[in-house]
Amino acid sequence: MQKRQVLRFLILKQLINHKMEAGVPLDYFLILAAIMFFIGVYGFLTRRNLITILMSLELILNSVNINFVAFNKYLYPHKLEGFFFSLFVIAVAASEAAVAIAIIINIYRRFTTINVEDVNEMKY
Amino acid sequence: MTANQIMFFLFSAVIIGCSILTVTSRRILRAATYLLFVLVSSAGLYFMLNYQFLAAVQLTLYAGGIVVLIIFSILLTSQISQKFEPVGWGKSLFSAIASIAGAFVTIISILDFKFSASTEAAKEINMHLVGNSLLSVGKDGYALPFEVITILLLAAMIGAIVIAKKAGPKVPHSQTINQS
Repeated sequence: MQKRQVLRFLILKQLINHKMEAGVPLDYFLILAAIMFFIGVYGFLTRRNLITILMSLELILNSVNINFVAFNKYLYPHKLEGFFFSLFVIAVAASEAAVAIAIIINIYRRFTTINVEDVNEMKY
Repeated sequence: MTANQIMFFLFSAVIIGCSILTVTSRRILRAATYLLFVLVSSAGLYFMLNYQFLAAVQLTLYAGGIVVLIIFSILLTSQISQKFEPVGWGKSLFSAIASIAGAFVTIISILDFKFSASTEAAKEINMHLVGNSLLSVGKDGYALPFEVITILLLAAMIGAIVIAKKAGPKVPHSQTINQS
């Protein structure tokens, strides 16, 4: 009797673990985030315009956010760490974009270009 | 295939396709638009996972704020009709090899790793809980990172204004003394 109950509990636990948020396993999210991250890395390496480099950076940050959220939902649903850290990552990304764009506009004013290869003087 | 799976594959197809277009498009304004699609589809993924608040923040802050900021700076600094010259094949080949190798290693290790999920009951995330946790200093409270992020935002705001401000006409120091 008790054995059967334990068995049922175990099966239920397995079901909950593998229920996988409505049919999509955790691995899918992680693979998606990894692909997105490395597309961002590719853009970061090949682009020469400062604004497009910034866009690749946003891609990388966004993929990390997806990772955080998926981990929180699947592995620690009783906690909120991933949720709040993706909120903070979004805030950090916003401030980083603001400062980066201020710097880019300043660079454009001095060099009239924002190609990283043409901006090679540091001091006037 | 359940409806959720279909939604997931739709969103991930949009995300991956538009990410590739973001980093390869030769017109900068189009790249920004593709980035917008990527961010909106990630918000869709958050909606799928039942994180409505995070999805709303993503839509308003990322898709609404950052993309608009990027588009503004594009309009300030670039010619719209201008196309980038294509990337040299050597550079793009080696970057592609580096990123594909990295993605390969990461995906292999993800598939290899057995994640163990917690068995505790899931928490319903509502606005009440979010607000209380953000300002509580006790267990499961995030008051310290919240305060740090407020200071960071203030500093970024002031820094952005100071950096982007036009330098005023420079008056030599001796001249100001003579005038007074």
